[in-house]
Amino acid sequence: MNPDASTIAAGAPIEIDLGPIPEGQVIKVFWRSKPIFISHRTKKEIEEAQKVDVKTLPDPQPDSARVKEGHDQWLVVIGICTHLGCIPIAHQGNYDGWFCPCHGSQYDTSGRIRQGPAPANLALPPYKFVSDTKIQIG
Amino acid sequence: MSGPSTYQPQNAFLKWFEARLPIGGLIYSSFVAYPTPKNLNYWWTFGAILSFMLGVQIVTGIVLVMHYTPHADMAFNSVEHIMRDVNYGWLLRYLHSNGASMFFIAVYIHMFRGLYYGSYKEPREVLWILGVIIYLLMMATGFLGYTLPWGQMSFWGATVITNFFSAIPLVGESVVTWLWGGFAVGNPTLQRFFSLHYLLPFVIAGVVVLHVWALHVVGQNNPAGIDPKSGQDTVPFTPHATLKDGFMVAAFCLLFAWFVFYVPNYLGHADNYIPANPAVTPQHIVPEWYYLPFYAILRAIPNKLAGVIALFASIIVLAFLPWLDTSRVKSATYRPLYKQFFWVFVLVCLGLGYLGSQPPEGGFVIAARILTAYYFLHFLIILPLLGLIETPKPLPNSISESVLKKSGPISAVAIALIVGAAACLAMPSFAYAQGEHDAPKPPRNKWSFAGGFGKFDQAQLQRGFKVYKEVCQTCHGLGLLSFRNLADPGGPGFTPAQAAAIAAEYKVQDGPNDQGEMFERDGRTGDRFPPPTTWKNEQQARQLYNGTVPPDMSVLAKARSYERGFPLFLVDALPFFQYQEHGVDYIVALLKGYKNPPPGFQLPAGGNYNEYFPSHSIAMPPPLTDGRVDYTDGSPATVDQYAKDVAAFLMWAAEPHLEARKRIGFQVMIFLLVLTGLMYFTKKKVWADVH
Repeated sequence: MNPDASTIAAGAPIEIDLGPIPEGQVIKVFWRSKPIFISHRTKKEIEEAQKVDVKTLPDPQPDSARVKEGHDQWLVVIGICTHLGCIPIAHQGNYDGWFCPCHGSQYDTSGRIRQGPAPANLALPPYKFVSDTKIQIG
Repeated sequence: MSGPSTYQPQNAFLKWFEARLPIGGLIYSSFVAYPTPKNLNYWWTFGAILSFMLGVQIVTGIVLVMHYTPHADMAFNSVEHIMRDVNYGWLLRYLHSNGASMFFIAVYIHMFRGLYYGSYKEPREVLWILGVIIYLLMMATGFLGYTLPWGQMSFWGATVITNFFSAIPLVGESVVTWLWGGFAVGNPTLQRFFSLHYLLPFVIAGVVVLHVWALHVVGQNNPAGIDPKSGQDTVPFTPHATLKDGFMVAAFCLLFAWFVFYVPNYLGHADNYIPANPAVTPQHIVPEWYYLPFYAILRAIPNKLAGVIALFASIIVLAFLPWLDTSRVKSATYRPLYKQFFWVFVLVCLGLGYLGSQPPEGGFVIAARILTAYYFLHFLIILPLLGLIETPKPLPNSISESVLKKSGPISAVAIALIVGAAACLAMPSFAYAQGEHDAPKPPRNKWSFAGGFGKFDQAQLQRGFKVYKEVCQTCHGLGLLSFRNLADPGGPGFTPAQAAAIAAEYKVQDGPNDQGEMFERDGRTGDRFPPPTTWKNEQQARQLYNGTVPPDMSVLAKARSYERGFPLFLVDALPFFQYQEHGVDYIVALLKGYKNPPPGFQLPAGGNYNEYFPSHSIAMPPPLTDGRVDYTDGSPATVDQYAKDVAAFLMWAAEPHLEARKRIGFQVMIFLLVLTGLMYFTKKKVWADVH
């Protein structure tokens, strides 16, 4: 009952052009039928993500471990709540990040869980920067 | 007719057959001569009701499958095809979807009866555990079936429930991928769920046979909780139990028919009339009402793994009940302390059900934690201790003695009332239209199609269609309707010629022709309403309309609803008070709800302030203005009138067989009332010599 060959083939890597995404906006793309959030973070959002005391987090992870080096403004996460799989809503909740409408989990501007039943931070998809304005997911 | 007799066929062929396969004797000894305790009350009839409901679900299900398409792109529309085009398809589907709820009402009563009278105790442990297995299978079947219409609640319910397994350490993610057959819930998931949903009812039927077999080995428990000692204590199954069961099945059908014919969508969620959308999670996800207590337990626990374990433990604990309850007295009638704790437990379960329907915030979470703790306390601490400290009342010497002491069985009316009350109390709140709390309640309007004998006002539907055609149609599709529907009985009452003329005003794409080209031609009555011409696909619509897609209007009147809140939602289901027009009232309120934003309200760019829209910022500009559509029948050309007419039209579009449903419903109710009465008096006559 595992995914069949065609389903796996459809999950091949995709390239995304980051050029058209203005600062402060989050876009949603689909890869392997999963929504991927690509957030072009503002200065304020980056600062918020970096100044948090990592030890106080439920799933401790510094912001630097969640973005690619030199690309602080781009956060790429899988947009699936780690609790029970709903899609969180961007720019909502107390931490300027995401708010999950199902059971009230709240994520910060680094996609880290801050409040609610979700056990882990929003997962990071495998991706790399092909150029400064283009990433490959997968 | 006292004491067991044996089956001795007179007919030569039957004798020959019986010597080779004694099935006649088996049936005779199990369902005719089988001795049942004579003090059984009406609570013991729910086994028969459950067997009946299993039959109803299997029969309606098999016919539904003949018309259903298990594919992510087609499932939603094929269910609507059943509702609209298949002969009595609406009846089959409503029987099946409400049947599931009735099945669970009956099984909960059956289980609580077992708890009250100690039916799980020695020697009935295996019988009880088989029952727990049936209940687990029922829950799985109900969940799988709920995903099949592939609406928003189907999709997200499936996502949430399958994600339970992602809580398993290490292998969780792989297990979930294996369950999905993909990287998310999708078409492979739907297809395997369909396969399993077809399989499990037959597995249930198999375990039911074992359940009944085990029952017939150890014999039925009874309200006194003591074994029959002589033939004096029992009556033969037929005609006594058969007629009593028959009467209650008929009475139960009255309740069933009420839901099917008069409030068919009451137990469902409005959101499930929105096709599944993997990109948007509904604001307020709630399972079907029968899972709510367990859902409350899941959400009460702040840790994911622990929450999932608690959810499963709350069901599995039932299987250990025979050894957790240390009392040797079965019936709560003779256990003064247990009786009180039993009723507290019932209230706790109902309370958990209510909390499961509420958003997981503030006081609700705390209450859910307290009740969850009590739920487990009841089984793990209270029951083992009670048996040790309680002094039971003296047991009667025999069943006959207990019958003489008691005043008689509880009246059928009382049972019906309790069943009704239990059904209502366990009810979930309606899913929110969009889930916001601060929008005012839409005012109620008078509708010709409301109530038990409601009919559509043909002139109103025709005016509503005109409003749709001249205003809404620019952006909103009506894809599930065909032009021929305009001339269907119970609809706007156009003649077939008028419907054909309307169809001819539309251009429909057809082809390819002999040259391999697509071409446009005039519409015919068999064509569906073509999609709006202003946008070609979702992405274009989002560009044009400020990021939103104008929803298709075919089932909009059922897909939009609003929260009535406790206790009004209970009243909405009651005969003579039933209120099923939430969606239409919401549409009218929305169309009339445009206002200037109050001071301090930040209206996003491109938004329009609407009092009744959940976030108050709606992308659709006010569509109606006085005088925009010309009415030829002298009705006032006002926004108020337009809004009501188009809402009524959309109600018909969403539920085209509403008139037939209510008409047939009346006939069925009359038939069932007579049948129930006849069954009651027959039963009374047969039982006259026992009491």
